Amino acid sequence: MGIEILGLPMMYYIVMVVKVLVAFVFVLLTVAYATYAERKIIGHMQVRLGPMRTGWHGLLQPIADGVKLFFKEEIVPSQASAFAFLVAPLIALVPAFITFAVIPFGGTIELFGYKIPLQVAAYYDTTAGQVFDVNVGVLYILAMSSLGVYGIVLAGWASNSKYSLMGGLRASAQMISYELSAGLSIIAVFMLSGTLSLTKIVELQSGFGGFEWYLFKQPLAAFMFFVCSLAEINRTPFDLPEAETELVSGFCTEYSSMKYAMFFMAEYANMVTVCALTATLFLGGWNGPFAVAVPLLGPVYFVAKVYFLMFFCMWIRATVPRYRYDQLMHLGWKVFIPLALVNIVITGIIGYFI
Amino acid sequence: METLFFVIISLVAIISAILVITCKNPINSALSLIMTFFCLATYYVMLDAPFMAAIQVMVYAGAIMVLIVFTIMLLNIRVNATQKHSHKVLLGSILGIFILINTVVLLFKSQVSNPVGGLTGDLIKNLGHSELIGREMFTTFLLPFEITSILLLVAIIGSVILAKKKI
Repeated sequence: MGIEILGLPMMYYIVMVVKVLVAFVFVLLTVAYATYAERKIIGHMQVRLGPMRTGWHGLLQPIADGVKLFFKEEIVPSQASAFAFLVAPLIALVPAFITFAVIPFGGTIELFGYKIPLQVAAYYDTTAGQVFDVNVGVLYILAMSSLGVYGIVLAGWASNSKYSLMGGLRASAQMISYELSAGLSIIAVFMLSGTLSLTKIVELQSGFGGFEWYLFKQPLAAFMFFVCSLAEINRTPFDLPEAETELVSGFCTEYSSMKYAMFFMAEYANMVTVCALTATLFLGGWNGPFAVAVPLLGPVYFVAKVYFLMFFCMWIRATVPRYRYDQLMHLGWKVFIPLALVNIVITGIIGYFI
Repeated sequence: METLFFVIISLVAIISAILVITCKNPINSALSLIMTFFCLATYYVMLDAPFMAAIQVMVYAGAIMVLIVFTIMLLNIRVNATQKHSHKVLLGSILGIFILINTVVLLFKSQVSNPVGGLTGDLIKNLGHSELIGREMFTTFLLPFEITSILLLVAIIGSVILAKKKI
């Protein structure tokens, strides 16, 4: 590739655009079919069939849902605060998608003599001979997930409805609390890895034929991070902001049409991101048997791990009833934060002696 | 390329900063302020300080502004259009002009020093920004760091005592 633009080869730009598209399309497709999978899986767990009518075993259901939502009437309540009401679904959706920029979904593949790390925000420096990525990857993810709360809070406030406001207040309190314990629980992982870069964290888990996972070294941290992340993205059993038995539909009560669909997409995109992050931090990312020898196996392992964790989320939804609000706050502040701190201390002591 | 990027980000930062003080709705002002913080974080990234950028977004946009938005929502401050002219505007503009003159004088009359110390862009790229900050914090600046943490602990205990009905 002879053409250079601003000191970087043409290939660099092509690869960047392709990687962004691949990651984006992957998340979008997963989001669309996660709704279907969720209904189907929960259906079968409750001895029902789930969607059956649209297409073979209801396979076209997400498309039908999308078309339906697209053609619904767009309603903005007359007393709503217009700007915040319109911008809230976007603020909810964007952080969920851009988090994917730093998650490595495969090793380095070689194409036309140009090495490509399978991670959106990374490039292979030919002079240094190594992959450079965002070296504060995890902090970036924590920062972005802390922005996700605005979408829900604004939606609750701007709708000018009691149910929405209650949902928004609950959401903000819950997300701030659980953000803390999620952040604290993964500090133990950084103490083992000594780096914040997700590429390096994945590399460090490649021992034992791709099974030297941090899940085995830090089981408590893995459990806490997953549970706190579920609470942070308002999944069951922590879906109090949209508890339909109490709050109609919580923060998105007043939303209709595509704006409602965007909240829905944000929820599922957040689920994909959280599952991808858990897979990267605790389940060895794209590591697996023969993943280093056959680079194309990496993304397959990664997707398999993410889908397994998403199945796990749906399983939890079908099994565990919703928490009460005071129980939720008690769990976050009085159980998870002390446990995370104890975990950090224990990791520090053991790390000092080994 | 970098200059163009800087100009775009600066434009967004300035426009959103102006919106912070001109928006009538307090929530919209808060949103503009978050946008300004975001632009500041972008500057940190351009200065090879990704750790500072992440902390900027996490602490300012993610924590402090959430609390401010939370308070606005709880107090339900609506648009207040009755108070338009007051002495505050005059005082504020005098103060603003004074600070502007101050900044211009500082920029043009003072001598800008080159970077001091051994922290170069290459070093940051090789060792990582967060590692360097951590090392400095726990060796050279250990005492200030410990004093800050004790202050924070006192603040936490104080807020718990204030919030509790009976201790």
